[in-house]
Amino acid sequence: MKKGKDLFTENLGKKPREPISNTNLLMTITICTFIGMYMIAMLVWGGGFLNPQQFLDLFNNNAFLVIIACGLTMIMISGGIDISGGGVTALVTMACVVYLEDHGGTVAGSILLALGIGLFFGLLHGILVAYLEIQPFIVTLAGMFFARGMVTIVSIAPRTASHEAFLNLKQMRITIPGLGYYGKTGIFIPAQIELGVVIALIVVIAVAIILKWTRFGRNLYAVGGNSHSALTLGINVKRTKFYAYLLAGILSGIGGYVYLLHTGAGDAANATQAEMQAIASNIIGGTLLTGGVGNVIGTLFGMLSLKTITNIVIASGLTKPYYQSITTGLMLCFFILLQSVILAVREKGAIGLLPEWLRPGKKDKNQS
Amino acid sequence: MGSLIKKLTRSQLTIPLFALFLLVVYNLIRDPEFFSIAIATNNDGNTVLTGNLISILNGASAVAILSIGMTLITSSCKGQDISVAAVAAIAGSVFVSVLRSNEITIPVLLLAFLFSCVVSVLFSLFNGVLVAIFKIQPMIATLILFSAGRSIAYWINGGATPTVSSPLITSIGGFIPGIPIPTPIIIMVVFLILITLVLRLTNLGLYTQVVGINEGTAHLNGISPVWIKLTAFIISGVCVATAGCITVCRIGLINHETLLLDAEMDVILSVAIGGNALSGGKFNIYGSVIGAYIIQALTVTLYAMKVPSAAVKAYKAIVIIVIVVFSSPVVKDFVIRMYKKLFKKQPEDEVQAKAA
Repeated sequence: MKKGKDLFTENLGKKPREPISNTNLLMTITICTFIGMYMIAMLVWGGGFLNPQQFLDLFNNNAFLVIIACGLTMIMISGGIDISGGGVTALVTMACVVYLEDHGGTVAGSILLALGIGLFFGLLHGILVAYLEIQPFIVTLAGMFFARGMVTIVSIAPRTASHEAFLNLKQMRITIPGLGYYGKTGIFIPAQIELGVVIALIVVIAVAIILKWTRFGRNLYAVGGNSHSALTLGINVKRTKFYAYLLAGILSGIGGYVYLLHTGAGDAANATQAEMQAIASNIIGGTLLTGGVGNVIGTLFGMLSLKTITNIVIASGLTKPYYQSITTGLMLCFFILLQSVILAVREKGAIGLLPEWLRPGKKDKNQS
Repeated sequence: MGSLIKKLTRSQLTIPLFALFLLVVYNLIRDPEFFSIAIATNNDGNTVLTGNLISILNGASAVAILSIGMTLITSSCKGQDISVAAVAAIAGSVFVSVLRSNEITIPVLLLAFLFSCVVSVLFSLFNGVLVAIFKIQPMIATLILFSAGRSIAYWINGGATPTVSSPLITSIGGFIPGIPIPTPIIIMVVFLILITLVLRLTNLGLYTQVVGINEGTAHLNGISPVWIKLTAFIISGVCVATAGCITVCRIGLINHETLLLDAEMDVILSVAIGGNALSGGKFNIYGSVIGAYIIQALTVTLYAMKVPSAAVKAYKAIVIIVIVVFSSPVVKDFVIRMYKKLFKKQPEDEVQAKAA
């Protein structure tokens, strides 16, 4: 039995290869599945899948979902859950359209309004969950009900934005140099992304940086992994949870505005079931609801996988909507079982079954 | 007096009952006639009871039955089943498809119910196996059927919304001739009595709580957590089939998209409002049932106040937040501390007054 310090200095010289962590393993599986799936789709169905614009449309159509899911990733890592994302999105779209149309608002004002709504929900959830210790499921469920109800109080009829400055912003497209496709007439049409995609990517990178390199991010993993240990280590558990909900609320507000930039309309039926799709993206991306494990890059690829499978189902001729939800369910089932089996095998240390890089670290065994 | 207060602060039923009481009092002040029950004759010529109270009890019966199963799942698995409404749609579809392929008589009706029970128990067991054996969080495991369930119901129905009509069906969804109380209320009461008997006569209730509080201890004491969890899911499956069939009988058709829409959220809410911890452990079935009635009473009250139906959710959310804030342990502790402080200070003040 060696003392910790000896082990440390010994390892400093050799630097053995670190065994891959649960977070990275689950994320790697998701990324590989997505790339594999897309490759197969390109080979089998070709057509639309070879078109770069269709790939970018995955982003264009779902930028808001990525943003909501990023906030959810932080909450899920801290061991909580948020099912209010879709409701807040719908409320933001409706409130901003009504503000722009009926109250002579400006674009900057509407952005502030979106952020304000997000901030309100984040504060509400944060205080109730972190400081009053109410179950997050119930709090965010009430938040969802409140947001969905408020949408119809703001306006029952669906509204469309016709504000000039806003429409200019909405129609802003960013052309990707070098990518594109030849239309039917043989003209080269460059591939384009919307402004929302840029925002979504910035959010993904920012959240990834927060999770990886800031004290708050590391605290999140500690709190989600074991909140008692985190407390004894001197981490302010309540404040960490509070900030997670606050940030997720603000991200929901941004997500709502991005949704508005995509569709330009406020409707009570906007973003229905977005919260469940966000949860599904997180699960496929390898974030565990139990907390302590997860990564925002995985969430992005989880969302892409979820939407690609829908495209594949449509491309293979099963256009009825119920095939799509059944395949979504099957895909979720596959990933959930895969994760469960992998984690169970790693925990039990059934070493014979796994290649070396998958095995749990030997350091733990030496010490015990 | 002191022991009564202690008992009240400890009982999980205090706050739900108090909330229900407040709702009733508010309605009585607003409209003294609100809870009056009238005797009327319906279209079929039966004497029936009508009134807001009856419609509250009647409307909540499906959610109340679902919340019984949800309570057991919540207690043993430390999580919630969000697929109950989707599975109820499947059970309802099976029920209707059996009824439509036969002439509707009482044996056929029972057979159809049995069939839908078997199907929903099987789907529930699918969730149960994921939760109990593969150790997946219940909410995530049931997300699979949440997203696929209504599509399976669509597939069973062949994409249509078939109707069933028969005097038997209307007597289950509405009134049995000669009995003035709506049948769903009777079914709900019978169901509750049956579950109470099962929990009282067997150790299931105790074992469920043990598994929910500490799985390891349960295992060491010879209780199999896997079987207890699966039993909870089986009972929930029966609840789901019953709720689905009642709802189908009430509206006379199966619409896979709208049958018990969003009921899973109401069910989980009623479990939480009933004072049950969503993190598992101790439970009280009556709390959940009271929770279901609170939600329905709230909805009926809001409708009576002429709140548009789409906006009801927002007001509901505010009331829910108020109830859960008051039942949160932190607020409870704070109130008890303040109460003690006030009561301890009084004698000191008196002593000081006497000394002066």
